[in-house]
Amino acid sequence: MTVQGWLLIAAFVGILLALTKPMGLWLHALYEGRRTPLHAVFGPVERGFYRLSGIDPEEDQSWRRYAVHMLIFNAALILLTYVLLRAQALLPLNPLGYGAVSENLAFNTAISFGANTNWQSYGGESTMSNLSQMLALTIHNFLSAATGIALAFALFRGFARRSATGIGNFWADMTRVTLYLLLPLSIVLTLFYIASGVPQTLAASVDVSTLEGVKQTLALGPVASQEAIKMLGTNGGGFFNANSAHPFENPTALTDLVQMLSIFAIGVGLTYTFGKAVGNTRQGWAILAAMMALFLAGTAVTYWQEAAGNPVLHHLGIAGGNMEGKEVRFGIAASSLFSVVTTAASCGAVNAMHDSFTALGGMIPLFNMQLGEVVIGGVGAGIYGFLLFAILAVFVAGLMVGRTPEYVGKKIESREVKLAVLAIAVLPLTILGMSAVASVLPAGLAGPLNKGPHGFSEILYAFTSAVANNGSAFAGLSANTPFYNGMLGVAMWIGRFFIIIPMLAVAGSLAAKKYTPETAGSFPTTGPLWTGLLIGIVLIVGGLTFLPSLALGPIADHLAMIRGQLF
Amino acid sequence: MARSSKTSLFTADLIVPAIGDAFRKLDPRELIRNPVMFTTAVVALLLTVLLIVGHDGLAASFKLQLVVWLWLTVLFGTFAEALAEGRGKAQAASLRATKAELTAKRLKSDGARFDNVPASQLKKGDVVLVQTGDLIPSDGEVISGVASVNEAAITGESAPVIREAGGDRSAVTAGTRVISDEIRVRVTVNPGQGFLDRMIALVEGAERQKTPNEIALTLLLVGLTIIFLIAVATIPGFASYAGGSVPVSILAALLITLIPTTIAALLSAIGIAGMDRLVRFNVLAKSGRAVEAAGDVDVLLLDKTGTITIGDRQATEFRPVGDVNIGELAEAALMASLADETPEGRSIVVLAREKFGLTTAVLPEGAEVIPFTAQTRISGVNTGGRVIQKGAVQAILRANPEAGTTAAATELRRVTDEIGRAGGTPLAVAVDGRLLGAIFLKDIVKAGIRERFGELRQMGIRTVMITGDNPLTAASIAAESGVDDFLAEATPEDKLALIRKEQQGGKLVAMCGDGTNDAPALAQADVGVAMNTGTQAAREAGNMVDLDSDPTKLIEVVGLGKQLLMTRGALTTFSVANDVAKYFAIIPAMFIVLYPGLGVLNVMGLATPQSAILSAIIFNALIIPCLVPLALRGVKYKPMGAGPLLARNLAIYGLGGLIAPFIGIKLIDLAVNGLGLA
Repeated sequence: MTVQGWLLIAAFVGILLALTKPMGLWLHALYEGRRTPLHAVFGPVERGFYRLSGIDPEEDQSWRRYAVHMLIFNAALILLTYVLLRAQALLPLNPLGYGAVSENLAFNTAISFGANTNWQSYGGESTMSNLSQMLALTIHNFLSAATGIALAFALFRGFARRSATGIGNFWADMTRVTLYLLLPLSIVLTLFYIASGVPQTLAASVDVSTLEGVKQTLALGPVASQEAIKMLGTNGGGFFNANSAHPFENPTALTDLVQMLSIFAIGVGLTYTFGKAVGNTRQGWAILAAMMALFLAGTAVTYWQEAAGNPVLHHLGIAGGNMEGKEVRFGIAASSLFSVVTTAASCGAVNAMHDSFTALGGMIPLFNMQLGEVVIGGVGAGIYGFLLFAILAVFVAGLMVGRTPEYVGKKIESREVKLAVLAIAVLPLTILGMSAVASVLPAGLAGPLNKGPHGFSEILYAFTSAVANNGSAFAGLSANTPFYNGMLGVAMWIGRFFIIIPMLAVAGSLAAKKYTPETAGSFPTTGPLWTGLLIGIVLIVGGLTFLPSLALGPIADHLAMIRGQLF
Repeated sequence: MARSSKTSLFTADLIVPAIGDAFRKLDPRELIRNPVMFTTAVVALLLTVLLIVGHDGLAASFKLQLVVWLWLTVLFGTFAEALAEGRGKAQAASLRATKAELTAKRLKSDGARFDNVPASQLKKGDVVLVQTGDLIPSDGEVISGVASVNEAAITGESAPVIREAGGDRSAVTAGTRVISDEIRVRVTVNPGQGFLDRMIALVEGAERQKTPNEIALTLLLVGLTIIFLIAVATIPGFASYAGGSVPVSILAALLITLIPTTIAALLSAIGIAGMDRLVRFNVLAKSGRAVEAAGDVDVLLLDKTGTITIGDRQATEFRPVGDVNIGELAEAALMASLADETPEGRSIVVLAREKFGLTTAVLPEGAEVIPFTAQTRISGVNTGGRVIQKGAVQAILRANPEAGTTAAATELRRVTDEIGRAGGTPLAVAVDGRLLGAIFLKDIVKAGIRERFGELRQMGIRTVMITGDNPLTAASIAAESGVDDFLAEATPEDKLALIRKEQQGGKLVAMCGDGTNDAPALAQADVGVAMNTGTQAAREAGNMVDLDSDPTKLIEVVGLGKQLLMTRGALTTFSVANDVAKYFAIIPAMFIVLYPGLGVLNVMGLATPQSAILSAIIFNALIIPCLVPLALRGVKYKPMGAGPLLARNLAIYGLGGLIAPFIGIKLIDLAVNGLGLA
């Protein structure tokens, strides 16, 4: 580990904390539907949308109505993507003349982008036409992210409102988030990426001669615009197969830092928005503190393990850290940080191959996802997932101070506990269940590249990434098969929407409750004690379940490495 | 029911029947109410079957021990519940015996003759005659007569109490004995719904339903069980990838150690014991929900008299007005009070004797006492041609309209205000319509009450004093006692309105009361404690009845409610925190064959894989009986702010729960190996 490396991490955290409040305030304006300076530009567009589609943005929807509208909207979009990918060959903007995407891959990809996962069983530059990239896929980058933020708003309203029946209007939330946040920020970031050398063109690939005199085809396309929203919306679906390790997606150290920051920017902002929404910003900071503690611990382990490198190679006289699968441009610190950032938030973009990380260095990204993508997490999804853990934490802790537990003024009773447990249980159930099936069936066993515990890690990582809606790949696994495309597609659907429905039910149930004022007898959900408790609950409830699988995967892998056996 | 607060929890006469009951409670229909323990029983059954028919290469002796410990885990749970119930059963039996011997003299329609019928045939509206020596056959309202009643059967207090028609002391309870005079009682409940029936059901735990908080906690435990079920059920798949397999017995052992058996086994015992603590405290809660609500209370409405001040006001000063001599006032006050048997009256007599050397002990011959009535609010005496009146200042002025305009009246009003501001109550004295002055009756604030209010404030509970006094007096007593707020000149309607207002702000309100006019407020409050001496209406309206009729108890009731919730929370935390150590015991043992490197996870240095698994399962079982005393007694509760309280409990039960099993499992492992069990 180097001073430089730690300085990078410190600078990253510093900038992030500085971004939290302004981003949170901006989001809060959208949460409340207040006028922003951008209304002068986009206001007419917003109103035009409502008029065109006959939506009354003032209509207050019950949680059921909110959920149904959200589901129909997302299902329709996913179907549209499926059709576009299948019909790719017949549609324009296909300069390289790619054929139709196979049925199972189109199924997998449509759900993947719709569920804000962006798991890619394909190489973008060799499979997707420009139209597919720009319309079929990028549309999800915006709208799945907007859906996540809208859902977080809905849950915030559940906590903030008193004796209310509604939790807001799905269409208004979606439209506002897209128009006043995602679109303008993406435009700014796109321009920045273009200035940094990221291609933005509708031209086909160009052929160049390399220094060795070999002819090489360089794939090009509208990369910069996709890059911006890929990070901002924690989507992670790269234009190229190599994702952010590709010099056209992530050309400089500065773009690397901006990419990492934009992954977390909205996530951290939402913690502030939550605090503001419930009338005490310290509530938001407490959550952010818990998230950051988990994040920094993970970063430290991965950086330490990667910098320590592989003892087997050291014996062979190859000194230094683990550089396998890393871009020399970024080095160990930036790659370690990126891997933790991208898996802590359910982004899934990568600037290095996680498969090539040391066993424990690669376990942290895996564990981040297994916790349910709540360490900052996906835009919206991170905070609503974390609040579900907060409900459980407050339930147990509230009992210990001798009161019916309450959180930000709302009593937590059996209905909320039931729904929160239901939502939280989806993750281990699906990840472990599907991994177990894949490690037994021949079709599943055909996937992993490596044998032994490392091969098992590859399977486990794939399902974890899918269910947690991360989308990063451990590589190694040959996932473009009907078995994996199908299983992972279902996994992504369950991991996204089976959590959302109970979560929205919690929002509805909370909104209907009376407000219970805080007294000296209700324990404070703002201090370090609460932050520590949150961390404990996330680790014990979210993490303990995965210990046997981690023992058979990365931990066994690591211990074998120490004994000189590599997989 | 004698108060037996210090009875030991573990006497043989409680434990022996509980062991029998523990086996009886294995009935699946009863076990299913506790899903976690039901799961444990199913797994135990499965292993029992596998022990006989299975072939998995494990030594039969090892599997036999596993099976035995799994069954013991279930039995320890049912035993804890049986033990908690057992404490109430003896009481219930004696109450039942009382009930069985009740007969009634049911009056016929002529109101003179009666039939002897068993009490069980009485219906609401029947009128019964109860004579000296009779047991009152049913709950009811005295409609005529006055009697002294021994209520020891219910309250444990053997000093008789007066029960009379009209007023706030008209309610009688079945099973209590009239020891003098006779009364006619109108039955107010149908058979099986009386106070005695409710008590029997309550102490026996028969009517026990899960409280809302218990339901929520059970849901959490079920959720954890499902999650761990999946975690364990998927292991064979993972193991097969690694080219091996894990025997079912070992998977079963891992499952049972991971699911929250500790708290699940003790959950109902905690609830029963919580109610039982209240009963021992001579408070009957009509539902567990009420006890939980007590823990949540934000606002306590406390009657001034009897709770904040000692029930009786004491005369401390005579304040003459105009040219009246103080001795003259003292003499008149003494005469007016000689026939007054109230504590206030007696204190006036004492003051006049001690301070002014007056010796008159009895009223002269021919004196005519003016009795106190609620209408006149004046009492006094006609003696020697003088009319001596004593009463509330307003009442005296109203009774003597011509005196109201004199200078003395003006001065009296000033003195009245002064007394009020000083926290006293003034009584005016007049002789033949001439105002003599005022008696300063002082409210004596109970010792230690200020500290109690301080504790309540720390717990986040606001106290409001309810009093019929004027605002000046109330403010002064409030300041002296340290109560947070007060409601002066309170009528029952004011009380009700205050409760509604607090509740609209999201607060939970507790109060106590006894009169019929308290009933609406008692019903509206989240926790309404009715005094047993009160009217039937009040007792019906409240959700708790205090058999000792001590309004101060409200404060303790809140503490008991909190203690109940805390005990649940603490044991849940402990139970879940235990899982970490159990993982470290079982995972290396389970997987060491697949990957020998995982042996480093055996941080406790357990001797063999088999002894590791056995030790974890033994620890998991033994921790239940070890925690039974804690579950039954409740965790220690000291009034303090929520933050420090949480920190303390987290340190004890969270951190303790993390560390204790590492030590426990290691010790058991040493024992298991020492005894050669594995």
